[in-house]
Amino acid sequence: MNDAAAPAGNGQGRLVQLLFYVAVLAGWYAVTRAGLVNPIVLPPLDKVLAAIPGVVASAQFGADLATTLFEVFCAFVLAAVAGLLVGYVVGRSPRRIAEYEPLLSAVYAVPLVLFFPLFVLFFGLGIASKVAIGAAIAFFPIVLNTIAGFANVNPVHLAAARLMGASPGQIMRHVMVPSALPVVTTGLRMGLIVALLGCLGTETIAATGGLGYRMVALAELMDTVEEYAYIVLIIVIAALLNALAGWAEARAHRLMGAR
Amino acid sequence: MPEIAMSARGVSHAYGVPGSASHVATLDDVSLDVRRGELLALIGPSGCGKTTLLNMFASLVRPLRGTIEVDGQPVTGPMPRKVAFVFQEHALFPWNTIRDNIGLALKFQGVAKPEAAERAAHALEAVGLADFADHFPGQLSGGMKQRASLARALSLDTEFILMDEPFAALDEQTRIVLGEDLSALLSRTRKTIVFVTHSLGEAVLLADRVAIFSARPGRITGIIDIDEPHPRRSQFATSEKFNRLRGDIFGLLHDEIRKSIDDSVHRRSGAAA
Ligand SMILES: Nc1ncnc2c1ncn2[C@@H]1O[C@H](COP(=O)(O)OP(=O)(O)OP(=O)(O)O)[C@@H](O)[C@H]1O
Ligand SMILES: [Mg+2]
Repeated sequence: MNDAAAPAGNGQGRLVQLLFYVAVLAGWYAVTRAGLVNPIVLPPLDKVLAAIPGVVASAQFGADLATTLFEVFCAFVLAAVAGLLVGYVVGRSPRRIAEYEPLLSAVYAVPLVLFFPLFVLFFGLGIASKVAIGAAIAFFPIVLNTIAGFANVNPVHLAAARLMGASPGQIMRHVMVPSALPVVTTGLRMGLIVALLGCLGTETIAATGGLGYRMVALAELMDTVEEYAYIVLIIVIAALLNALAGWAEARAHRLMGAR
Repeated sequence: MPEIAMSARGVSHAYGVPGSASHVATLDDVSLDVRRGELLALIGPSGCGKTTLLNMFASLVRPLRGTIEVDGQPVTGPMPRKVAFVFQEHALFPWNTIRDNIGLALKFQGVAKPEAAERAAHALEAVGLADFADHFPGQLSGGMKQRASLARALSLDTEFILMDEPFAALDEQTRIVLGEDLSALLSRTRKTIVFVTHSLGEAVLLADRVAIFSARPGRITGIIDIDEPHPRRSQFATSEKFNRLRGDIFGLLHDEIRKSIDDSVHRRSGAAA
């Protein structure tokens, strides 16, 4: 829309982000170099960075990464299918919005962390409990955004399409989906990120593998250098997932004839 | 072919539940015939029910009482091949370029792609937007959006066109030029157009007949014949006849507008008491 402003705004945003990362790393480096903190609590930055290639090359990291990503993938797919379906059905009817939207918002506000141990109890130590938690957490931003997206389709657009002879399928494809898309894809992106959070979180409580499990194990061994290497890598993975989601979002918008 | 293209018979309508504060009677026993091939203008005080009546011809609103017919048939649903509609607030899809907006409308109507592309280009040319075909509605000015939605309706090439203040956001000059084009279109084809407007000048310049509405709930208080052949040129707007007709319509409208303003003052003081 504002062709001139967008790139400049983006550039500025990126600069702020970059400055933030540099500041964090510089702070870390300075604090550890100056000996202000116990190296067990926060090992020096250069040591952590030096440990990363070894971690990445290890078979264990590969296996943990595969486990976690597989859990996140399953959780996200389940949450997306359920969230989009329920969101569409509820969002298309003002009566159902009045009935279910407040309920879903209320449940969303319950800290699901409380139920992590119960999920482990029900679904066991393996992958299933992580998928269940990840899916449960990711479901809410997806369903709430999908409801908002489909509830706010402009009725004039719907009427115009109907008067011009659009079939129900055409109305779906050419009016409802493109209209709801920006809000729905934001929900999906949030869902993906919280699915990762849920899976990692549950792994730290009780698991047999995965990145979260490995971090706890390393902490118990007091191997904080490797622990921090894992933290850095997980942050990088989260950023990559977010970038992937952003890319998919942009592509979907283009396919729909972006605004 | 019947000479009556569209008709409203004894039509009444209200929004909201009777007795509640939201209840608004919009139309009161309106009867109106639209003749085939004419351009009928609807003019009246704001909020008197013009859009409501136009929406009835398009099947978007149902009358509480009375009947609405288009082409001899009671209106039961959209008639995409027969009736095109221009909304008061343009209804272009913001996620499509204006070329695609028109292409999509033709696709909905069932026109094959190559023909649709040609007709879209032609329609945009006709409203002076050929250079903006690949812009999104959000990148256009208000008047350009209105012209684009006019182009979309005309590209559908229906026999009946319903227009809700299609020129409202245009500047005077563009309005006159597009009005001339519309008048030329009327002289070439036998299209039937019902047209809501706020502008006395626009009504006289374009219409074959002007139906004047009372304040809400709308009744038709008079119909003025503008006996002037199409295509009309802008010179007509400076003629003696034009001014006389404009004055006649204003005379009929003036009291109603006064009434509708007094009524809303009344409503407010009533609500405050
Ligand atoms: N969707 C709606 N729900 C409830 N009341 C409505 C609705 N649309 C219109 N109204 C009421 O009906 C009355 C008539 O509306 P309508 O849009 O037909 O007026 P109009 O003559 O087109 O006015 P304008 O010239 O301002 O466009 C208005 O006074 C408004 O209060
Ligand atoms: Mg109106």
